[in-house]
Amino acid sequence: MRIARIKPEAVNPDKRTDVDLSLIDSVIERYKGKKGNLIPLLQGAQTTYGYIPKEVFDKIALETGLKKNDLYGVATFYAQFRLSPVGKVVVRVCHGTACHVQNATVITEDLQNFLNVKDGETTEDRLFTLESVACLGCCSLAPCMMIGEETFGKLNGKKAVDIVKSIKRKESLDNKPNQAKPELWKA
Amino acid sequence: MESIKITVGLGSCGIAAGAGKVFDEIVRIKEADNLKFDLAKTSCIGMCFREPLVEIKDETGSYLYGDVDVKKIDEIIEKHIVNFSPIKEYIVKSDQFDTPYKEYFDAQVKITLRNCGNIDPEHITEYENRQGYKAIRKITSEKTPPEDVIKSVLDSGIRGRGGAGFSTGMKWNFARNSKSDEKYVVCNADEGDPGAFMDRSVLEGDPHSVLEGMIICAYAIGATHGYIYCRAEYPLAVKRLNLAINQAREKKYLGNNLFGIEGFNFDIIVKEGAGAFVCGEETALMASIEGQRGMPRKRPPFPAVKGLWKKPTNINNVETYANIPWIILNGPAAYSQYGKEKNRGTKVFALTGKIKNGGLVEVPMGITIRDIIYKLGGGIINDKKFKAVQLGGPSGGCIPEYLADTSIDYESVTATGAIMGSGGMVVMDETTCMVDVARFFLDFTQKESCGKCTFCRIGTKRMLEILTRITQGEGKEEDIPALEELAQQIKDATLCGLGNSAPNPVLTTLKYFRNEYEAHIRDKKCPSLYCKKLLTYEVIPDKCTGCVVCKRGCPVGAIDGDKKIVHFIHQELCTKCGDCYSKCKFDAIKIS
Ligand SMILES: Cc1cc2nc3c(=O)[nH]c(=O)nc-3n(C[C@H](O)[C@H](O)[C@H](O)COP(=O)(O)O)c2cc1C
Ligand code: FES
Repeated sequence: MRIARIKPEAVNPDKRTDVDLSLIDSVIERYKGKKGNLIPLLQGAQTTYGYIPKEVFDKIALETGLKKNDLYGVATFYAQFRLSPVGKVVVRVCHGTACHVQNATVITEDLQNFLNVKDGETTEDRLFTLESVACLGCCSLAPCMMIGEETFGKLNGKKAVDIVKSIKRKESLDNKPNQAKPELWKA
Repeated sequence: MESIKITVGLGSCGIAAGAGKVFDEIVRIKEADNLKFDLAKTSCIGMCFREPLVEIKDETGSYLYGDVDVKKIDEIIEKHIVNFSPIKEYIVKSDQFDTPYKEYFDAQVKITLRNCGNIDPEHITEYENRQGYKAIRKITSEKTPPEDVIKSVLDSGIRGRGGAGFSTGMKWNFARNSKSDEKYVVCNADEGDPGAFMDRSVLEGDPHSVLEGMIICAYAIGATHGYIYCRAEYPLAVKRLNLAINQAREKKYLGNNLFGIEGFNFDIIVKEGAGAFVCGEETALMASIEGQRGMPRKRPPFPAVKGLWKKPTNINNVETYANIPWIILNGPAAYSQYGKEKNRGTKVFALTGKIKNGGLVEVPMGITIRDIIYKLGGGIINDKKFKAVQLGGPSGGCIPEYLADTSIDYESVTATGAIMGSGGMVVMDETTCMVDVARFFLDFTQKESCGKCTFCRIGTKRMLEILTRITQGEGKEEDIPALEELAQQIKDATLCGLGNSAPNPVLTTLKYFRNEYEAHIRDKKCPSLYCKKLLTYEVIPDKCTGCVVCKRGCPVGAIDGDKKIVHFIHQELCTKCGDCYSKCKFDAIKIS
């Protein structure tokens, strides 16, 4: 059942990074009082923080008058919402039908070995979170994975690990100025 | 050279295959060599198996290049553009000569996909230039009574493309006849079937056709507000839809007093889904738009009577709406000439799995599975043996090879135990284990069950446990009857289509591939050599060079051997992880 996917992470009060609650003001401003606003509010919160911190539930409930249990009920129903922080880079391996019959299992296994995490977990350095999704809509390039908004197709275990490796390398050079080529096709 | 146009396919699939880099490279070459040609973008052309695709149009004709990469594009531009000599072996389609894909194109009829791959979806004028927004202009300028619009839809024979295949005209009629001050038009773009991407391609490649279809629907049923509920996994589709909506607003195709008709007010909002398969079900989808947990509701009342915010609502699939403008412009007879009996028009299929030509195809209803797989799909990858095709996703079933002459229409497909579904067609070959496929789908539905009905929530879990056990070699003789009994109970005692159809993948595989279940249970063997726990790994002495790679890698120390001495796997220690098999460079590990 859907609720089964929620893994409550023990919150260690000392380890908590302070959540800047003012970041969410503009989202609340935008959706407050509008009908059907609950999911967009939570989506806004997640875009802001990468997950939905407990304090943010409190704040949204207080300022919009929505019930906290409704907010929490919705947040735990949909796969998109996270209640604990994720890594900087989320790697989403497709386990749709097309990818499954083309051996997507191996990709997850190899990435698990490389990153030393289980499915749904975040690496210790908080750089990567490994997730499974059902179909990215690129089934003809199966098996696929999505990192950020970029999709990679026709993978095998090695290719997937190489892609993650190269991101890791780039991230470790992060404080150097960004020399990536501009992507003209996006313009 | 002025009249040369290069178009790059930049749908999600093309981008994933590297089309963005190809586009950038073309820009670079164009500037560096000061070449004169137009450079344009389009979306998915359908031939995903040859992505990235680049089309060159010059005075002599049009040439579609496949599998283009940064290196090849240099060569193509140099030979084709600079020296006027197209490179025939890279060309997959041309109006000047036949390519090996002639049959692939000839068997298709493009109505839904009429513009996909032909226009830049980010510019409304390109849609307008291909008769876009003409259908709505026609009915509004001729003041066609809404009833007549509905009649055209009814006469075309189009049935909903989202899965159930309900007559679209009838649905519109119900919504029209519900009296209310407010009505809604909803587009179901949740595309939950994992392994299908027809809707994504239409949304990315031709968003305006969906908008126009919805506007026509609003005119016909008298609605004022529209929603498109789009999966969050489709960021590009969401972006292009929002862009299209803004352009349509600027052109006054959306807004108030549209097309000079006082009181014809209609606007559309995109709602992003949040990751729940059940939200593709219409009542759950509406609950989700309202901001609640996506739990299905009881029907009746049907959405046409009491839908979104308790108001009459018409909900259709992306593909259904995309067809509407074409039907209105070309007339219902033009549409119903395709297909047969109660199945009219065309249907888009996403052909994936172990198929050579994976991608999107649009075919007349009534074509056979065999034609799709061999004529359009080009057959099975590596010419392996075709075993089955999965239709309808988690609600559907597997149709075996010997029924390949089944015609693709709602009734014939349902008779096999599968369902037509939304158009996902996953092809399986001899290496696909059917018990594992059933387990895969049950795993999916079990996770996606909203939890409202006991039989769906718990029954699917019990079925999954049994199937998992069978694939791990711990199946018992009584498992098959237990699966059948559970399947029947789930079918009988659940509220929505998710639970109702969840047992289908198990029932169809039991019906057509019972021998595979029996082999797993009785002989502890997986005939397709897929279920790892049921395999035996052995060293082939003639091939083993004694390199000790497998021995070192074996996590449980089950391999004996030394440098230059043939290795040996101790079966009683082996945990069947397959590590030795994947590491051996000499193919010296045999699986049986
Ligand atoms: C579990 C479940 C999932 C569904 N998912 C989708 C979907 O992803 N897309 C879709 O268009 N219809 C889906 N449907 C069908 C819708 O409930 C509805 O029939 C459809 O949107 C009606 O549009 P149509 O008449 O144009 O087909 C689903 C139904 C069920 C029971
Ligand atoms: S099944 Fe993996 S992208 Fe569709």
